[in-house]
Amino acid sequence: MNKAISTTQAVEMIPDGASLMIGGFMGVGSPRRIIEELVRQGRKHLTVIANDSARPDVAIGKLIDAKAVDRLIASHIGTNPETQRQMIAGELKVDLCPQGSLAERIRSGGAGLGGALTPTGFGTVAAEGKTVIQVDGKDFLLEKPLTADFALLGARRADYRGNLDYSLTARNFNPIMALAGKIVIAEPNEIVPVGVIPPDVVITPHVLVDYMIERRQTNGR
Amino acid sequence: MEDKILIAKRVAQELNSGDLVNLGIGLPTLVASYLPKDTDVYFQSENGIIGMSAVPGAGLEDDDLTDAGGIFIGALPGACSLDSCMSFSLIRGGHLDLTVLGGLQVDEKGALANWMVPGKMVPGMGGGMDLTTGAKRVIVAMTHAAKGASKIVKTCTLPLTSVRRVNLVVTDLAVIEPTEEGLVLKETAPGITVDQVIAATEAKLIIPAQVPEMNIA
Repeated sequence: MNKAISTTQAVEMIPDGASLMIGGFMGVGSPRRIIEELVRQGRKHLTVIANDSARPDVAIGKLIDAKAVDRLIASHIGTNPETQRQMIAGELKVDLCPQGSLAERIRSGGAGLGGALTPTGFGTVAAEGKTVIQVDGKDFLLEKPLTADFALLGARRADYRGNLDYSLTARNFNPIMALAGKIVIAEPNEIVPVGVIPPDVVITPHVLVDYMIERRQTNGR
Repeated sequence: MEDKILIAKRVAQELNSGDLVNLGIGLPTLVASYLPKDTDVYFQSENGIIGMSAVPGAGLEDDDLTDAGGIFIGALPGACSLDSCMSFSLIRGGHLDLTVLGGLQVDEKGALANWMVPGKMVPGMGGGMDLTTGAKRVIVAMTHAAKGASKIVKTCTLPLTSVRRVNLVVTDLAVIEPTEEGLVLKETAPGITVDQVIAATEAKLIIPAQVPEMNIA
């Protein structure tokens, strides 16, 4: 099965109001072409689950600039003053979650678990509204699972089947989100023949990847 | 010597060869520049790498290789890439030997507040709560006071980062160790007296018979 589609086709699948997990850390490893197409097609009222909102005009920051996001679940927004402005103005709801807890919530959602028990945040404002569970006398917060309508991934390479590998710090949340989106769309830098990514190097198995974005069309080719 | 450099130099003495270390953004990042000779540590950046280094030369930046602040870095031989679950399992699971973090307040119980000023600054906790809760050792590197107000306080008035007691606080005036009994003054900065530290500190300090001066080259 050929999973390759254009960014236009990919974004046409995503309705207004959809929930999106978007990989990347300060834009590194984010699916930038899909994000730009979401803005171009004018998607609105999105819920975005991501580590951060990068900076204005960078990666997820472009969705914030376009006022395309109603709700953001993230660990850090300090690098994007526009996110903070919209939050303070009441235009954008932001749920802040410790970074390690966010990762485990996404993993739980994708791994069929009922959540993660973490000591992180216990006794702080991050514990507000969360259940405390004692295990062997130690206090943990129950961090509930997260899933989304779509997971949008940035990858280094995909092979024809959709096996993915990643580059250095561009890996971050991408392989975890690959498990937690109902529809998973990968944006690889390169699509290569099956076998070019050896089995031991594959990070995200092809069975998780529903679609991948075809190569960027360049002048004349 | 500039305060920040003094603090960074003193904190650097706490790093041991073979340690896995995570440095927070800002002042803590300076610590890497003042490692004692022959101290060979592994620096983790929580966005997903062990073995980060400075970019080895102009023009050698990689778009896919940055620290948690999005600043270009390099990677040493033996470096390894991590996804966010692995990165935070190392942090939370007791595999990280040391984290050095900035601070807004540390109180008499050794609790740290460093991520939020209600109504003014709400950047999000990022990895700070996991680092403070899970690292084997937590060192807070910060100036002793801000705008004349002591940052070593009786009880934190700002939202806590963790209820965990941090292991050491290094400021431009002193080295302080939070213990079960309270905050122990371990060292003073060069040229600073014990009385000056006490005067500049809101929290009660336990003063041992001998308080040596920081040994800073």
